[in-house]
Amino acid sequence: MALIGSAGLFGTWISSNEGMILSLLWQHVQLTAIAVAVGAAISLPLGVVAWRVHGLRGPLVGVTGALYVVPSVALLLLVAPITGFFSITTAEVALVSYTLLILLRNTIAGLDSVPAQVHDAARGMGYSPARELVKVQLPLAMPSIFAGLRVATVTVVGLVNVTAFIGQGGLGQLIIQGFQGDFTTEIAVGLVLSVLLAGVADALLVGVERLSLPWLRAQSGARA
Amino acid sequence: MNFISHVAQFLTSGANWTGPNAIPALLASQLKLSAIAVIAAVLVGVCAGALLGHSGRGSFAVINAANAARAIPSFALIILLAIQPAIARLQQSGLVAASLTMFALAVPPVLTNTYVGVRGVDPAVRSAALAMGMKPTQLLRQVELPLALPLILAGARTAAVEVVATATLAAYVGYPDLGTYIFTGLAINNNVETFAGAFLVAAVALVVDTLMATGGRALTPKGMRTTSRAARYRGLGADVTTVRALRPASAAKAAK
Repeated sequence: MALIGSAGLFGTWISSNEGMILSLLWQHVQLTAIAVAVGAAISLPLGVVAWRVHGLRGPLVGVTGALYVVPSVALLLLVAPITGFFSITTAEVALVSYTLLILLRNTIAGLDSVPAQVHDAARGMGYSPARELVKVQLPLAMPSIFAGLRVATVTVVGLVNVTAFIGQGGLGQLIIQGFQGDFTTEIAVGLVLSVLLAGVADALLVGVERLSLPWLRAQSGARA
Repeated sequence: MNFISHVAQFLTSGANWTGPNAIPALLASQLKLSAIAVIAAVLVGVCAGALLGHSGRGSFAVINAANAARAIPSFALIILLAIQPAIARLQQSGLVAASLTMFALAVPPVLTNTYVGVRGVDPAVRSAALAMGMKPTQLLRQVELPLALPLILAGARTAAVEVVATATLAAYVGYPDLGTYIFTGLAINNNVETFAGAFLVAAVALVVDTLMATGGRALTPKGMRTTSRAARYRGLGADVTTVRALRPASAAKAAK
């Protein structure tokens, strides 16, 4: 009770600030979507390259791993002198860099998991390497790639809050404002909406995965 | 270039290396906070994960709780805790709020990795141990936990790196650590100080990651140090999702 304040105050504050909350929520969605989309656009090709060219695997995973280890607040401010303090580019560079390791590793793991027999069969049927990649190997790697997308999305939704320190941040703005005004309700709204957004995004990705990979359902049905 | 030389000047200036608000003291408090949270999380996470993995119950709950915990932004949690009257009136309110938040951040990777490690022990090995007359506690302590060790250590590494990195936020709620430079710099619009702080935090996180990786390898019995490709990716940030994704690879290899 003490944690969230009285339910009445909660409701009143939300309804009187609905416009602000919704626009911050929308900003949060945009920052997340851009970061995951850009992250995927970088990591998928890189993942395929790292999987094919064994010598590049270690360096690529090493570099993205180092980016992943650098703390979010620190990374934001390390790129800020180059991309500008308080710019959306700064926020996105930091957010994207977190998705890279997760997406890259899952892409490689997914491609690695394609059974050798499947590869032999595809070559035997006369598939060119490129066609095999697109028609056989990538589709079979998709469950792992989707797992990576889900982890990356949930992580980014949380990290977007931190970008409030450089004037972005979506719902993170509520959290900072609430802290400055010593106002628990505002922080709780930011926290709850952020968690809900992560849950909804995760559920959406599961839905997309189910729809786009119908054979997975057939497989689990057959097993059961 | 000028900016970089200012940062280098800040980092090498003698004034920033002595005294209660200098780099060594701030680094020490960052490591103290991190150690408290990670040690507590390893104790709780390994015990709970081992019991759940041994009994085989609760996989649904464990995996979902860990995924849900990932969605809670530490940034919101630490601030929410810090302004609660019960915590705010304590003398060390920043440390308390930060430790609780870092603990919440560190438990999921340790718990899920322990669970997956113990659960993933080959059923044949388990049957052999039981057939040799081992009691359930012996099975857990002498067979399951040792076999799960690499995964448990990977979980501890992930937890430690995330905690050391995120402990930066404690400075925002009044626990001075390396984050102090970042937030002071932001507040007084001193980009040099902010950048220097960010640089220090990043360096510390990378060092902790390397130490945990090396320590983990040293603690793993020689025969279990896998050099397989799949195992290498289990290191940093390993969790149930990726572990599950990696399974088919090892299964395929076994089939060959």
